[in-house]
Amino acid sequence: MSAPARTETRTLTRSSPHEAVLEVRDLTVDYIGPDGAVTACKDVTLSLRRGEILGIAGESGSGKSTLITALTRLQRPPAATTSGSITFHPRDGRAGIDLVGLSPRELRRLRWSTMSIVLQSAMDALNPVMRLGDQFADVLRTHYRDLDRSGARDRTTELLAMVGISADRARSFPHEMSGGMRQRATIALALACEPELVVMDEPTTAVDVVMQRQILAQVLRLRRELGFAVVIVTHDLSLLLEVADRIAIMYAGRIVEVGTASALYRDPAHPYTRGLRDSFPPLHAPLRELRGIPGTPPDLRRPPSGCPFHPRCPVRVEACQSTLPALVPLPEQEAACLLLTSEENP
Amino acid sequence: MTVVTDVSAPAAPTTRLRVPSRWAFLARRLGFYLTAAWAAITLNFLLPRLMPGDPSVAIVDQLQRVSGRQLPPETLVSIQTLFGDPDANLAEQYLAYLGQLARFDLGISISRFPTPVADLVASGLPWTLMLVGTTTVLAFVIGTGLGVLTGWKAGGRFDAIVTPASTFISSVPYFWVALIALWVFAFELRWLPSSGGYDPDLEGPAFWLSALRYGILPAATIVFSAFGGWLLGMRNMTVTTVREEYVLLAQAKGLSPSRVVLRYAARNAMLPSFTGFALALGGVIGGALLTEIVFSYPGIGYLLYDSLTKRDYPVMQGVFLLIALTVLLANLIADSVYVFVDPRVREQG
Ligand SMILES: Nc1ncnc2c1ncn2[C@@H]1O[C@H](COP(=O)(O)OP(=O)(O)O)[C@@H](O)[C@H]1O
Ligand SMILES: [Mg+2]
Repeated sequence: MSAPARTETRTLTRSSPHEAVLEVRDLTVDYIGPDGAVTACKDVTLSLRRGEILGIAGESGSGKSTLITALTRLQRPPAATTSGSITFHPRDGRAGIDLVGLSPRELRRLRWSTMSIVLQSAMDALNPVMRLGDQFADVLRTHYRDLDRSGARDRTTELLAMVGISADRARSFPHEMSGGMRQRATIALALACEPELVVMDEPTTAVDVVMQRQILAQVLRLRRELGFAVVIVTHDLSLLLEVADRIAIMYAGRIVEVGTASALYRDPAHPYTRGLRDSFPPLHAPLRELRGIPGTPPDLRRPPSGCPFHPRCPVRVEACQSTLPALVPLPEQEAACLLLTSEENP
Repeated sequence: MTVVTDVSAPAAPTTRLRVPSRWAFLARRLGFYLTAAWAAITLNFLLPRLMPGDPSVAIVDQLQRVSGRQLPPETLVSIQTLFGDPDANLAEQYLAYLGQLARFDLGISISRFPTPVADLVASGLPWTLMLVGTTTVLAFVIGTGLGVLTGWKAGGRFDAIVTPASTFISSVPYFWVALIALWVFAFELRWLPSSGGYDPDLEGPAFWLSALRYGILPAATIVFSAFGGWLLGMRNMTVTTVREEYVLLAQAKGLSPSRVVLRYAARNAMLPSFTGFALALGGVIGGALLTEIVFSYPGIGYLLYDSLTKRDYPVMQGVFLLIALTVLLANLIADSVYVFVDPRVREQG
């Protein structure tokens, strides 16, 4: 899945764009509280190729939203990125930019035109006292300085049409639209400035299953047409198995397994991934027996020793209590489980 | 967006529905407040008639005592219409009373015989509206502006200084603030006059300049005491609003900080303040009492105070009616303003 060769290659520093659009290295995010820091994201390393759909799954509280707000640089106190880098590679071939080191002003210039976001609740993501069209117009005219009012209106019409919303809806207030329409509107909004990356945090949890399918199908189609990469976060692994190219599984703030969707579906290497896969009904395959993962995710204020999953792990061994496993490369994925390094594969 | 020039798009059905429902909403509110105003006026009519004894006879006696002669018959009729005529039928009296109110005839002042009450009210009203009206708006603007700034960076240095200071200031009783200001700036430093609203010896522009000078001290004390309440309310609303997803999204869009703060955070955080502000405007006339007493300011509040100490019933009656009606008017505005600032209210009600 490499980027299509461009005819008008600009030669500023490099001739062809980097194959990754975003590279996250050793990202650690703490919530700094009165009684010490809680590490909600620990040493996360990820790479996202151009136009790729990367899914991030994990139970609630595993640090998915923390990761997302950190890599979009939208986190607010008490959250703080304590180490790591987030390198964005522009498609015009310029050198990569570390988002962690940027000033607020530099960051504002990059926002929305390189990286946009779809938030979990479309109900709350739109300003209740502004007409929909005005919420498109302000971002368009911020990033395209020479766009006038009527130009912004035409572009809004075009964007709304992409998600099947009629132009007259631009005059509506958010509360006048249904939940599904609002969510589609926020997706259209995310595409307003032709971003290279769209980040979605649980984009379909607030709508029913039918609408969920419809919205995801729309995202997939638009991705094919426009070529942006997607990071999509959800606690519903079966949903990701359908839409994502690659999937990262988070547990207690760490990535415990990452690999192609098909590998994670057919042959998950981490016992937590297996547990997640078996606890959701598959969307298309015949229903199999559902088994939840016993126990609850750990309290991040007091993380378990060794492998954070060991208290709930059905296949744990003695060493799991004391040794923190590193990600082990496998043919189609990487996973952090001690059993993969010792020979006794389950 | 301003005008819809787009003829190809059919009119949104929601627009067609919304407009009548907004006006229907307002019409219902208007009906309610007209009823309340009618009740206030009727109460004003009934109260003196239900009082033991005969207020109108007492008032006529008093007026004759201060004037030292018989009252002209039309004054007698006017007072009986306002305060009760034991010989006339209640329904006829009521109609006559309404007719008299419609002509703004509120009777004759006892303490300032023979000035009509309506003239006293009319000469005091502009002073009160200027002083308390301006300061209420100023206090609202200053308090709300500072509230947005402190709430936006809650926990920052500005917030850490301004918020506790405003809490302290708004907990100081107004009376005390006014007396201290009077003592320091009028008596010790002698920068500003201590009482009155203008210099009666001047005319033209010089008169207006003197009015400005006389107004500074009372105005400053009102703003000083009132802005803190607005600040604290707005700060807390802003702190809540800043955590909303739409503010996060506005930041993610890379909009300028001023746009995020004003159009997204403050605009929503202000919704409850609009109602409070309209109500505060309703309190302008009644709320001027303390300021006008301390500074002997020639407004409605001082008029009321003066009439209370001199038992000038016709003036009291007239001022009370005015206060009741302005509070109702402010409530009506408060209700209607909400319909226009919050699109979500238009549909309901
Ligand atoms: N505002 C906060 N203050 C302190 N800790 C927080 C805060 N938000 C989240 N956390 C911690 O971070 C963990 C991960 O939260 P989150 O990223 O929201 O998880 P997810 O999105 O996967 O459900 C939580 O379990 C909690 O311990
Ligand atoms: Mg979350």
